[in-house]
Amino acid sequence: MSNAPVDKGRRRFLTVATSVVGGAGAVAAAVPFIASWNPSARARIAGAPVEMKIDKIEPGQLVRTEWRGSPVWVIRRTPEMLESLSLTDDEVRDPESEQPQQPEYAKNKHRSIDPEWFVAVGVCTHLGCSPQFLPRNFGDMDGVDSGFFCPCHGSRFDIAGRVFQGVPAPTNLVVPPYYFIDDATILIGEDEGAA
Amino acid sequence: MSRIMNWIDERIPFSNSLKLHVTQYPAPKNFNFWYIMGSLALVVLVNQIVTGIWLTMNYNPSADGAFASIEYIMRDVDYGWLLRYMHSTGASAFFVVVYLHMFRGLMYGSYQRPRELLWIFGMLIFLVLMAEAFMGYLLPWGQMSFWGAQVIISLFGAIPFVGEELTTWIRGDFVISGATLNRFFALHVIALPLVLVILVFLHLIALHEVGSNNPDGIDIKKPKGSVPDDEKAPFEFHERYTAKKDIVDAIPFHPYYTVKDLVGLAGFLILFAWVIFFAPTMGGFFLEPPNFQAADPMKTPEHIAPVWYFTPFYAILRAIPDKLFGVIAMFLAIVFLFLMPWWDRCKVRSVRYRSTLHKVNLTVFVISFIALGYLGVKPATDVYTIMARIFTFLYFAFFIVMWFYSKNERTKPLPERVTK
Amino acid sequence: MIKRFLLALALLLPSVAFAAGYSGPLDRADHDLSDKASLQRGAQLYMNYCLACHSMQYQRYSRTFDDLDIPQELGEELLQFTNEPGGHKTSAIDGDAAAEWFGLTPPDLTMVARVRGADFIYTYLRSFYADDSRPFGVNNDVFENVGMPHVLEELQGTPRRVEEQRMVDGEMKDVYVGIRADGNGTMSPEEFDQAMLDLTNFLVYTGEPMILERQRMGYFVIGFLIVFLILTILLKKEYWRDIK
Repeated sequence: MSNAPVDKGRRRFLTVATSVVGGAGAVAAAVPFIASWNPSARARIAGAPVEMKIDKIEPGQLVRTEWRGSPVWVIRRTPEMLESLSLTDDEVRDPESEQPQQPEYAKNKHRSIDPEWFVAVGVCTHLGCSPQFLPRNFGDMDGVDSGFFCPCHGSRFDIAGRVFQGVPAPTNLVVPPYYFIDDATILIGEDEGAA
Repeated sequence: MSRIMNWIDERIPFSNSLKLHVTQYPAPKNFNFWYIMGSLALVVLVNQIVTGIWLTMNYNPSADGAFASIEYIMRDVDYGWLLRYMHSTGASAFFVVVYLHMFRGLMYGSYQRPRELLWIFGMLIFLVLMAEAFMGYLLPWGQMSFWGAQVIISLFGAIPFVGEELTTWIRGDFVISGATLNRFFALHVIALPLVLVILVFLHLIALHEVGSNNPDGIDIKKPKGSVPDDEKAPFEFHERYTAKKDIVDAIPFHPYYTVKDLVGLAGFLILFAWVIFFAPTMGGFFLEPPNFQAADPMKTPEHIAPVWYFTPFYAILRAIPDKLFGVIAMFLAIVFLFLMPWWDRCKVRSVRYRSTLHKVNLTVFVISFIALGYLGVKPATDVYTIMARIFTFLYFAFFIVMWFYSKNERTKPLPERVTK
Repeated sequence: MIKRFLLALALLLPSVAFAAGYSGPLDRADHDLSDKASLQRGAQLYMNYCLACHSMQYQRYSRTFDDLDIPQELGEELLQFTNEPGGHKTSAIDGDAAAEWFGLTPPDLTMVARVRGADFIYTYLRSFYADDSRPFGVNNDVFENVGMPHVLEELQGTPRRVEEQRMVDGEMKDVYVGIRADGNGTMSPEEFDQAMLDLTNFLVYTGEPMILERQRMGYFVIGFLIVFLILTILLKKEYWRDIK
């Protein structure tokens, strides 16, 4: 052992400094490993917005498309369906769509840009099954003929995708970003002017 | 904190192992530059395992998809190129570090009694590492992957009687194919790394059992009671080491060698990062240009050379004008290294105190090894072939000549204690 | 300063020689990956003259547009002839038919610069010469009996090998001095050289689209590691004062 006294302060300072810098380096080195789990360019391109023709859809009909690997529904609602939304107002958990399950422009009673057209991601907010569309014979409520029913755990949603009280699903169905390119075409997956 | 430690220590010997192998492990105080290679090899091993796991996440082990999936990693996966270059550069770095580590062992007689088994574990690691690197090189499924594997596997065809069947069996097909790729993939990502990790563990256990050698090649563990107290190393070492021996000139591995190895690590990482970020192909030595072309069983690249770390052995193979004997010579080149503890019959370990003849012999050996490595990347012209034969001869002469002179070698007197 | 030094080190690396079959001197391609205009011109040349036969199947259009500062829509309109926007650049030609015409399927060129090197490509593109003995009427100085027609002839004009009378060892002899175009192309020799440099530049880019990002990151990493090295040296010295 050397006779020179140990400079405890300097030693501690250098130990801490080296540890901090080394630790920062280790954190930085972890970045590529973590970032590589993000969707790759291929996945991002596969998840690009989807264009869909809607001029052939009849009132009361649901058409499915795929966006980012999930089913997306486009439904042309009949006037009766839209009227039924007033009746379900008191029965659903989140009638005003307070939960951020939709873009700003769909935060309204009918949860859509145009009341006639309802666009939603067809995945139950409970555990991810895809609910069934029931255009009629939805249930016992008078005047409410249509809605969605999830066969996995019995969650029920009205025709604006609002979840009923007393079912397992916690929130309304998700409305994806979308906009109408023209009367016959809709673009799913992007807000208007986002490009 | 200490309550948790006590709880753990009552169940597994955690603190004790830490003391035994790290904080109270007596390491000779005179380690020099050459002694950082061991811990660097460990760092590179970890790098290879971690980046390898990450590459597996996006790699597609099939003849149809392998090449494209590498480019997918390089282009589409965030930071995929970095992970891939870390792995490919790591493979070469592993051999750089391991070759320097082995050279250190040769210089300071670290293979001599009682470290024979330690040396053999190390050689086994080297052998598995070569198999691991060879199989890994097939996975990108480029032209060099394909034809390199073709050539190396064909070596087994030299074995009399069963050769042809054996090569077909190794490939699982009549040429290198998807079947070969899949089995190499399985061995490369699971089987061999597992063996490697076990061997590294055994290597370290063996090291700590016999203790580290040092540049003077003299023992730092003296017979019990032979050293006065004020001569003993003034540190607390684990009783496993002090019970039967008096320890001189040693320091605890931690903190002294951890901080020293950290310097080595930082220096190494600078070089490593330089290759990754500024020269990932290292001028064609780490990643060979033809390998950026997908494997084509119909067309051989004009010049096939294995990756640089195999070239010394490849040059020996080519130097012998007979297929079978060429293959035998190549394997003997490695077998002879295994037998190092028995070629060298001298009692003095370190080159510092050995005869001039030994110094010359070792120098010639190193030159031969490097020259063979150089010749291995060159095409086999007449002149090069003659040179390869000369250096092959010198390579083997190293061992044989040593066996004769080392028995009664004129060595210099050993110091009592390690020198600075 | 350090940047230059690090890059210079990389350039000093000996490279294992590769240009297939050709080991003569090559012209140095002094290309610049940060020159976006050059890359854009190169991309345009590639799309117009090469892509018809040579796919670039590992490079996405959208990536090229992003990296080269080409607006996506403009790129799709002007440069994209095959596939979806995010798709890979596949060639228009059918591989089997091509194999019949040219004797082999024209190779994918995404990584040709990594296989052959920029200098080879730059020299090769400028080394076609008229040779009536060949099926397409052209041969190449650095790629003997090349199976490819000289698709850039409309730009370069018809290139011919030129020999001049020179004094050699006291005698007048015909000496091969290089390839000269006949002047019927739409580009002057200087413009053509520049265009080929642009094309080479583009091919170096597609071979490894992340080169610039890689180097940029490298300066930071190495700078950081130097700081770390200094700290560890100080730390080591501090602890080793204990050791006599």
